[in-house]
Amino acid sequence: MFNFSYKTQRYLILFGFLTIPVLLSLTFSYYPAISLLYYSLTDWSGLGWDMNFIGLDNYKEIFTKPEVFGALKNNLYYFIGGLVQVALSLYFAVILTGKLRGRNGFRAMLFIPYVLHSVATVIMFKNLYHMEYGSLNVLLGSIGLESWQQSWLGNKHLVNFSLAFISMWKYMGLNMVIFIGALQSIPSDLYEAASIDGANSRQKFRFITLPSIRKVMELMLILTLTGALEAFDIPYVMLLGANDTSTFVIKTVDTAFKYQNFGLASAMAVILLIMVLIFIVIQRKLLFREER
Amino acid sequence: MKREESFSFTIFKYVTLAMALFVVFFPLYSVFIGAFKTQKEYYQSGLRMPADLFNFENFSKVIEIGKLGLGFKNILIILVIAVAGNVLFGTMVAYAVGRFDFKLKKPIMGMYLIAQVIPMVTTQVATFSVIKSLHLYNTMGGPIILYLGADVLQIVIYLQFVNSIPKDLDESAMMEGASLFRIYRSIIFPLLGPATATLIILKTISIYNDFYTPYLYMPSQKLKVVSTAIYSFVGPNAAQLNVISAGILIIFIPTLLLFLFLQRYIFAGVTNGAVK
Repeated sequence: MFNFSYKTQRYLILFGFLTIPVLLSLTFSYYPAISLLYYSLTDWSGLGWDMNFIGLDNYKEIFTKPEVFGALKNNLYYFIGGLVQVALSLYFAVILTGKLRGRNGFRAMLFIPYVLHSVATVIMFKNLYHMEYGSLNVLLGSIGLESWQQSWLGNKHLVNFSLAFISMWKYMGLNMVIFIGALQSIPSDLYEAASIDGANSRQKFRFITLPSIRKVMELMLILTLTGALEAFDIPYVMLLGANDTSTFVIKTVDTAFKYQNFGLASAMAVILLIMVLIFIVIQRKLLFREER
Repeated sequence: MKREESFSFTIFKYVTLAMALFVVFFPLYSVFIGAFKTQKEYYQSGLRMPADLFNFENFSKVIEIGKLGLGFKNILIILVIAVAGNVLFGTMVAYAVGRFDFKLKKPIMGMYLIAQVIPMVTTQVATFSVIKSLHLYNTMGGPIILYLGADVLQIVIYLQFVNSIPKDLDESAMMEGASLFRIYRSIIFPLLGPATATLIILKTISIYNDFYTPYLYMPSQKLKVVSTAIYSFVGPNAAQLNVISAGILIIFIPTLLLFLFLQRYIFAGVTNGAVK
């Protein structure tokens, strides 16, 4: 079928197999990232192609208007929720790696929220948090805790916690399974050796388990941090960012598509990109240090 | 003394697990019962089971008004093309980069590694203008090409995997005169099977769940996918909690079934994907 020499075939394969994927990646990952930088220096409205170069004015606007960075305060709720969630997932991973009846069943059941459709999940919680008819207030009422009933989405002090909880609910099982994978890769003779030396289970956790999963821990913390910075779906689907639930990405999307100011939105996106990259570089550095 | 301590710890473990299961399943339970209730019943019966477990009125209502049928059809088309493309391009790149030495090998691998850390959500403003100038705005081509080009999970998974296929296999096939394309088709592609299974499931879940991409790039009524269909249904119908519950339940089913039957691949993928 192919009567070419292997040398020619090699060229054909390399050219034929790589051209399209590489072009796709350049067009949809690299080109946007670079043009974002350029747009951020213009006053482009996003409609048509008219734009004027305005230097760093967009950045000046971001750093002088408090409300843009003010949105980051709402991202903080997702970060705090994420930390609690990492702690919980580590706890459940540890008890589900040890001897326990039905641990595979528990693992599968706790993982379920992760596979459920994300928009439908947010809407499910919207119903659950409903002031009068939501199951949460109904449940509290039926067990005699009427005083705990709340306007979960209406109360300004509660709403961001209610939203961050959805993220915890959805991702706890995922992080747990990742931790279980890491815990199972710890060689069991380490624990046996420690037992012979008379270590108790708390010492084993402190001196064997924790150091062995440090890499995964760090990765998880960074993912929690960048995930919190990029929070969008939950507050947007729930309330369109109303009632002071706007996150940084919602502000960016609104600036671009609602207020037709792509230049300013690009500058906000560049700032977000830089923040995320800084955290990722820090994490890579930490990992590198550990490997040496 | 020691035994007593571990006994109380066992109790503690089961109590915390029971609490976690309650938190996971309580919202699901309330959606499930709500989906079978009439509107009046929903408001009056609280957490009790529905009077009629065969009351499918809400389901037909949400499918019709919420355009869920259209949503499922559109997302299925997008899924098939995007996932097939991901498998094809992913295996091709893994074969070319994993098996041959050439000048651009290092730059290409580096390109994928860096692309992996650029968060898609941040560059959307600029991606939007690319999609527009390619005339893919408000077509299925927009999301499909983004799922193909902007995410590099498939390359990362396949590149890890292809190195575990022994090179002797290629060499003995070459002795027998097989072409390099034949080696890709008959040796590399089939042996990447387990990675492909994992990839198909993970991609299916993430594309099916995605809201951002179809919401930004396909606002047309005819191009509703499941996420955007249920999103626009809830707004004007916010009062009909029972009908909304039925919609949620329908939307939950596909990935839930996928999970129940293919658990092993999902767990494998999640663990390998994260701990790279």
